[in-house]
Amino acid sequence: MMNARKPGFYIRTILLYVFLIILALACILPFWLMIVNASRSGVEITKSFSFLPGKNFAENWKALFGYVNLFRGLFNSIIVAVPATILTGYFSAITAYAMAMYNFKGNKWLFKIIVVFMMIPGQLSLIGFYNLCQALHMVNSYVPLIIPAIASPGIVFFLRQYVQSSLSKSLLEAARIDGASELKIFHSIVIPIISPGIATMSIGTFIGNWNNYLTPLILLNDPDKMTLPVMLTTLNAATDLQKNQGAIYLGVAISVIPILIVFCFCSKYIISSISAGGVKE
Amino acid sequence: MKTNTKRKNLNNVAYIFIIPFVVVFAVFSVYPVLRTLYLSFTSYKGFGAPTFIGLKNYIRVFSDKFFWISFLNTVKIWGINIVVQLGTAFLLTIIFSDIRYKMRGLSIFRAVYYLPNLISAVSVAFLFKTLLDWKYGSINQILMAIGLTKTPINWLGQVTTAPNVTALISAWMWFGNSFIILMAGVQGISKDYFEAASLDGAGRWKTFTNITVPLLRPIILYVFVTSLIGGLQMFDIPFLISGGTAGAPSGSLQTVVMYLYKFGFETNQVGYAAAIAYTLFLIILVISIIQFKTIGKEDK
Repeated sequence: MMNARKPGFYIRTILLYVFLIILALACILPFWLMIVNASRSGVEITKSFSFLPGKNFAENWKALFGYVNLFRGLFNSIIVAVPATILTGYFSAITAYAMAMYNFKGNKWLFKIIVVFMMIPGQLSLIGFYNLCQALHMVNSYVPLIIPAIASPGIVFFLRQYVQSSLSKSLLEAARIDGASELKIFHSIVIPIISPGIATMSIGTFIGNWNNYLTPLILLNDPDKMTLPVMLTTLNAATDLQKNQGAIYLGVAISVIPILIVFCFCSKYIISSISAGGVKE
Repeated sequence: MKTNTKRKNLNNVAYIFIIPFVVVFAVFSVYPVLRTLYLSFTSYKGFGAPTFIGLKNYIRVFSDKFFWISFLNTVKIWGINIVVQLGTAFLLTIIFSDIRYKMRGLSIFRAVYYLPNLISAVSVAFLFKTLLDWKYGSINQILMAIGLTKTPINWLGQVTTAPNVTALISAWMWFGNSFIILMAGVQGISKDYFEAASLDGAGRWKTFTNITVPLLRPIILYVFVTSLIGGLQMFDIPFLISGGTAGAPSGSLQTVVMYLYKFGFETNQVGYAAAIAYTLFLIILVISIIQFKTIGKEDK
């Protein structure tokens, strides 16, 4: 019965694939046009569009870097995003582990506060955060961009559940009888077991830090210290560069490519972390 | 007895484990939120000692026409975006969960649809600002080449198109994210439901409204609420597309957080900016409570 399908079925199946592919093209085409235009001259771009790369890559490169050193921004972004991601991963894991596996006074309160702070919009603290950084003389410093990563309520919330579902108390007891210290148990038993959860969360943390715009925008005004997204926006003011749109496209391409590389290697983890976000509710 | 004291010592180790989190959390998360609250009752200008002025800032927010205009702008952009975003995500979920068509390639399509969400809003804004350029943008050139328009359209320079285009850019960035979450929810529903419905002769639309939507209600609520909380705080894309806090063209792209930024970091009326932040928070809180009450209740 299932095999006797009408021709209409196949036509509709093909139409559905066409729809899916058009939507996929809509997601890819802007990036493709970006790469193409990054290698075309300003004059070529103003005249017409093209789906094939041009020959002006070297000139665009010169024009762009004559105005701004994007590699400096790339380097600054790494200096901020990598330590922040490591701090979030390690300290969220140890906090989540303590909350899931130990009975201490205030545990429930800590959990409640974490849940409340997950719901509070980030912009609420923006004014007070900047005010605090001024008082601590930390404007134009990376400290307020890196150290707060130690306390990420959302990640602790997720990892606490992960620890509860993947770790058994008897395993910890066995290690204790063998005389392992509590910190050693965490490092050599707990971390290896929950590392898939930490990895999933870390990719999201890294991308979030890498793409963060508003906080570095208010904190960093020394051009040498700007992270990539903030540095990129300074191109807005470069009027002579606006004439050469190829250079602008190239600047955007340089900011996008590192993330595209991360995505090629980790898309599975990224997608499973988003799925986890929805199902946990 | 001995094991009891040992267990107590054991639990004390937990305090050492959580100390870094608690200290940093108190300093960089809790304190700024409370500090913002305090500043919202003062006429603080960014330097010197704050002067307490009671509820004056809040009274000003409520009677500030431009605050409400920026609020309506934000709601409008978010609203158009959520319709397109969720509509597309639902359509894709229906296509991929249909047991008759058995569409292939879910993991590849899912990855491609998610791609726009990974890129920083700054890059996205720059990219579209350049692609949508009135005179030289590739999008106008393509539209003119295939004959959809004779003269180039000033997408980002007109009040009639700029908010819609901004909304579509947001939808483009977020539909993949919503699709992944909805699809994960559908995959969590037992296949038996769909097969039973199919045997009963239920059509696609009936299956969707009677099985998929009711079972997905908590997940739809999650997507909706997180999108609303994020959407009301919209900043990067409209800020960069309009090239400043004024929200050009004609202020139609000025969002609440752009308005907040203007007072907090450009004109140094920090106390007033803090009051804007808390007013926005109260609005988000009220809307979230209403949503949880209405959508949550229909379950029973």
